[in-house]
Amino acid sequence: MIEKREGLFSRAEEVLGLFRKGAEFTQELLRENERLRRELARVETQQLAASDEQQWEKLRRELLARIASLEGERSDMLERLRSVEDENRHFTERYIEIEEENNNLASLYVASFQLHSTLHLQEVLQIIVEIVINLIGAEVFAIYVLDEKTNALSAVASEGAVLSDFPVCHLGQGLIGGALASGETACSDSGDAEDEIGEPIVAIPLRVQERPIGAIAIHRLLQQKAGFTPLDHELFTLLAGHAATAIFAARLYSQSERKLNTIQGFIDLLTK
Amino acid sequence: MNRHRILIVEDSPTMRQLLVFALKRLKDVDIVEAQDGMDGLRKVTSDHFDLALVDINMPVMDGLKLISLIRGEESLKSMPIVVITTEGAKEDRERALALGADEYLCKPIQANKVLQVAKGLLKVG
Repeated sequence: MIEKREGLFSRAEEVLGLFRKGAEFTQELLRENERLRRELARVETQQLAASDEQQWEKLRRELLARIASLEGERSDMLERLRSVEDENRHFTERYIEIEEENNNLASLYVASFQLHSTLHLQEVLQIIVEIVINLIGAEVFAIYVLDEKTNALSAVASEGAVLSDFPVCHLGQGLIGGALASGETACSDSGDAEDEIGEPIVAIPLRVQERPIGAIAIHRLLQQKAGFTPLDHELFTLLAGHAATAIFAARLYSQSERKLNTIQGFIDLLTK
Repeated sequence: MNRHRILIVEDSPTMRQLLVFALKRLKDVDIVEAQDGMDGLRKVTSDHFDLALVDINMPVMDGLKLISLIRGEESLKSMPIVVITTEGAKEDRERALALGADEYLCKPIQANKVLQVAKGLLKVG
């Protein structure tokens, strides 16, 4: 009986041992299962992250390419804008130059037109005076005419001083005579003192081709006139040729008028 | 649109022609010329002008006398007057402005300056 009970206990112990082992195995399986689930979750997270990163990388590359393209376009646009601005500036400068040229041409045209608008010597001289005052801005000046017999240059019209204040000079002598002999406008740095007529600041020769006619001597400029401009030099050139021609033509006209009157007088005398 | 009428009172034909050249570049303008102050007074009192350009040194009647007569006339008080003269002294400028001139330009004139002043006084672009 006792042996039988011991056998039963032994069997029960064996069964219990089996159950314990089974329980341990089950516990181990559960732990393994949990570990694997965690591992799976980690791998899945990694995969997802890897996939997002690739997309981001792709997007980043696309954005960088777009930025580079926009930068290029911006640079092109800036270059074009600079070019348009340069062109605009160039056009503005040209416009101002053309405006100035237009004004200068108008002054030259008016001077030339007026010089050839009459054949009367006094009117021609008056027009030269007006041009020198209004277009050049001279305050004291005289117009000299050459006496071809004596080579003396005498003032025949003046402004700012009476005619007798302007000294007679001779062809080839002094600034005025020298300018007329050479045919080149002569400038002097030493201007006149306030109240006396000495050496002019500019002497403009008046010549028809190579034939000396006279000169314009400018002694002082208007107080608001600081100095000579490029237009003034153009006017000197114009006066040198056109004023000389106008004076020459007016003198010829007055001589021919006088001769015509004389001839007419003779004819009248003979036919009466 | 009304045309602007400008009177130039100047004894020098050269200056008158130059001023006409400059002012003709304005749109819709009629320019009338007078050769001295008296002629200018006759024209300015018998016709309407939007602007007068007046020289100072002129025969018969000088520019300053003309300006004072114009400003004495009620109907002409608001007409802009530009003085164009060889007199560059400060006191000459002040005298002309005190008499009623609106602008004072010294000779030798620059056409674009005249144009700019005329545009400003006529209020045209």
